[in-house]
Amino acid sequence: MTQKVKVAITVNGTLYEREVEPRLLLSDFIRHELGLKGTHVGCEHGLCGACTVLIDGHTARSCTLFTVMVDGSDIKTVESLGTMEEMHPIQEAFSEVHALQCGFCTPGFLMTTVEFLEGNPNPTAEEAREAIDGNFCRCTGYENIVEAVQLAAKKMAAH
Amino acid sequence: MKPAPFDYYAPTSVEEALDKLTELGYSGKVLAGGQSLIPAMNFRMARPTALVDLNKVKELSYIKPTADGGLAIGTMTRDSVVEEDLLVSERFPILVKTIKHIAHKQIRNRGTFGGAIAHADPAAQLPAAVLLLDANLKVLSKSGERWVKAEDFFIGPFMTVLEPEEMLAEVVLPPMAPNTGASYQQVSRQKGGYAQAAVISTVTFDGSDRVKEARVALFSVGESALLANKPNQVLAGQVPTAEAIEEVAAYVAKNECDPGTDIHGTEEYRRNLVHVLVRRALTEAVQQAKK
Repeated sequence: MTQKVKVAITVNGTLYEREVEPRLLLSDFIRHELGLKGTHVGCEHGLCGACTVLIDGHTARSCTLFTVMVDGSDIKTVESLGTMEEMHPIQEAFSEVHALQCGFCTPGFLMTTVEFLEGNPNPTAEEAREAIDGNFCRCTGYENIVEAVQLAAKKMAAH
Repeated sequence: MKPAPFDYYAPTSVEEALDKLTELGYSGKVLAGGQSLIPAMNFRMARPTALVDLNKVKELSYIKPTADGGLAIGTMTRDSVVEEDLLVSERFPILVKTIKHIAHKQIRNRGTFGGAIAHADPAAQLPAAVLLLDANLKVLSKSGERWVKAEDFFIGPFMTVLEPEEMLAEVVLPPMAPNTGASYQQVSRQKGGYAQAAVISTVTFDGSDRVKEARVALFSVGESALLANKPNQVLAGQVPTAEAIEEVAAYVAKNECDPGTDIHGTEEYRRNLVHVLVRRALTEAVQQAKK
């Protein structure tokens, strides 16, 4: 019989209590169990960063964690940021300077930027570039993303 | 890509974890941060029968000063916690520098200090760092504890002296001697990527212009992290001239590493990197020590 483990995980402010298989990846829990499709799954082995979420305020790749490992944690996905009508300043910045094309990698970049700007509210281009070194984008060539991270910092400082 | 099924245990104390590891024997494996193990399981390169998850064993996560000026680091302490710890940056700045080269922030937020050492990836930073810093490793099992010197801990690629019923519980770093400088040098295709060759070194002076001890650890250029002998043989008791450092670097590149050839670089290229990086590392460590 397949082992199931009880977990209680808060995602975007809502507490979810589920019974899951120990091998269920957090990325699959978020997408398939909770139906939150904003978290994207790219490489599924910890290289591309598309599945980045915040766990207790810190970024992590949800594809290289078992759901059971984060039992009791507070998780934020890209859905926690803003809506189409009312975007988060980081989302606004990415939109304004064309920091995305196909958009597949964008949720990971956004969540990475959330943690980064909390620790460094006024980054240089070099610091912004280093902050996103764990996220792959195959469209933009990164220049506009670096610009967006810096613009987001300005927007957030003005808020 | 999905991992194969496994039996899962989530103990909340060391005692409970050790009981479970003893019971499981060869079919049990410790799950720490999972940043190496889970990718391998996603590919099904690893298919452990049972995992003992230490993420709920809070007593294994700490950084404590030792009375002699060193540090004791609990095995489940996240890499990013070590990286940002003030005591670590005060007592072992070279460790902070080294950790910043481990993959990316998202990985360091989950990866653990002890997990990376127990995993013994020959291309990983922390096994080399604990060799360099002459760490003592506290190994626990149900029958008690034993201490293993870092240089006796690694026995091959992904292989250590840990028995199936044992776990690495704590890493104790002896204090850095006064008048010590250090350096981290690596060449990789991109930041956060695996190094094609990497060198970490410390040079300690005896209070005059002569070297008391020179240590050089290498990784990504052999079957495990390596500690070179030649640097100390040549430099101890001597004034570290550019010529002496060059002699050491050439010798280490030729005789004290064993790099392979793969798509990222040939053996010859990697030996050349070791030559250059050992020279840079010792030169910088000497300059740092003199500051």
